[in-house]
Amino acid sequence: MEYKGWDQVEAGAVLPSFEDKNCDIVGQKQEDRNYAQTNSYTASVADWRVFKPVFNKDVCIDCQNCWVFCPDTAIVSRDKAMLGIDYDHCKGCGICAEVCPTNPKSLIMFFENEENDEVLSQWPEKKKKEK
Amino acid sequence: MSKIIKNLKQFSTSNDRFEGAHLLCPGCAHSIIVRELLNCTDDNLVIANATGCLEVCTAVYPHTSWDASWIHIGFENAATAATGAEAMYKTLKKKGRLKDPDKPVKFVAFGGDGATYDIGFQFLSGAVERGHDFTYVCLDNEVYANTGGQRSSSTPRGSSTTTTPAGRVSYGNKKYKKDIVAIMAAHGAPYVAQVAPNKWKDMVKKYQKALATEGPVFINAMSACTTEWKFPADQTIDVSDLGTDSLVFPLYEIENGSKLTITYRPKNIVPVRDYLGVQGRFKHLFKKENEHIITQMQKDVDKKWEMLQRREEAGV
Ligand SMILES: Cc1ncc(C[n+]2csc(CCOP(=O)(O)OP(=O)(O)O)c2C)c(N)n1
Ligand code: SF4
Ligand code: SF4
Ligand code: SF4
Ligand SMILES: [Mg+2]
Repeated sequence: MEYKGWDQVEAGAVLPSFEDKNCDIVGQKQEDRNYAQTNSYTASVADWRVFKPVFNKDVCIDCQNCWVFCPDTAIVSRDKAMLGIDYDHCKGCGICAEVCPTNPKSLIMFFENEENDEVLSQWPEKKKKEK
Repeated sequence: MSKIIKNLKQFSTSNDRFEGAHLLCPGCAHSIIVRELLNCTDDNLVIANATGCLEVCTAVYPHTSWDASWIHIGFENAATAATGAEAMYKTLKKKGRLKDPDKPVKFVAFGGDGATYDIGFQFLSGAVERGHDFTYVCLDNEVYANTGGQRSSSTPRGSSTTTTPAGRVSYGNKKYKKDIVAIMAAHGAPYVAQVAPNKWKDMVKKYQKALATEGPVFINAMSACTTEWKFPADQTIDVSDLGTDSLVFPLYEIENGSKLTITYRPKNIVPVRDYLGVQGRFKHLFKKENEHIITQMQKDVDKKWEMLQRREEAGV
């Protein structure tokens, strides 16, 4: 797609979100939508991250705290189950890990360059309550 | 018909209409507030957005983060744009020129506190006075964040901002925060409320009530700003919890200009200093010579809470 320069854009320009005249957006899951290239869904902010959340499905209770509080629509939940993180849209703020209520947490922040498989194999044990 | 949201699991089946890869700071509360509004309804939306962080960061050429009709308008006139669209919609409907006249459409305006309390105030007041059917949401981060943190009439007393810096001779902003909720209720709007993103259920309930209300609605949303309030990005919800639990941001609603209802009573009310202590903008208040400001703030918060409770009890 060719973009016009900022000084060539006409006043009152429209940035279309979708390629077709689809009106049932609320009825469609993101993966079924025909996004236009001008929709930020097609863009990535992955390079903003210093830390990344890693998701451990084994401890997750699907409470959806992470889903509701993620500011970047980067928690993928479908049919009431938390499936994982959309690493194209996650900025690594750490809110999801902070609000995750399980013990140990199902979301933990790690340095961006660590391997997910490796950190998952060394997931922390359940913490005893401090007295 | 309004969407039924019984619990968080059910809410999470919503198909998002506010997309990621916008350029708001990591941990910005603006997007949590906006996402919840777009997810609480299945109706079509027409959204007008005043200039400010939200507008600037969600429509950076060539991208948009909005899966809804969205109007980028000036700093001062989001209310005017939303109500203009609403008036046009009504007229076209009357003339029978709508393709799908029975499909519900809601008109929403978003503005920052600078846009709402200060610069767009006249426009907002006019739109509410004219009685348009729309919902105005103020994203209240108590500062002109997008232009580098200048104070607004929403900035609380004692806050250090770039135009009211704390230092040897000053404890920061000397003026008191404007009570915008009371002012908007005094317009006689059918529904006015204060919300906070950490209390998502309270927020969704009020949003749904707002969209179902015929006539003008005003909602003030506490929006913790990691950059200007100066706290780490992962603390947005924790700071917001301290805001609502210290009653610095009490959650309540006012119907038809007078009937006040408190919608959240913290089990354990935390001291105002705990809320202040986690934010860099209030750091200087913990110096000996400024402690009296904290004492005064606590008194003001207590007084306001007392007033809200009395008004609720009296039903006026
Ligand atoms: C009439 C006018 N004056 C000034 C500006 C510059 N300006 C753009 S955004 C902004 C600050 C917005 O503050 P606020 O409304 O509180 O929103 P926030 O960025 O804090 O979310 C200012 C001063 C402008 N765009 N238009
Ligand atoms: S780190 Fe922040 S942006 Fe990334 S998934 Fe968690 S809450 Fe969302
Ligand atoms: S907050 Fe934690 S437990 Fe809850 S859904 Fe997210 S990952 Fe799972
Ligand atoms: S400066 Fe504050 S309001 Fe603006 S994008 Fe950053 S966190 Fe959000
Ligand atoms: Mg602001």
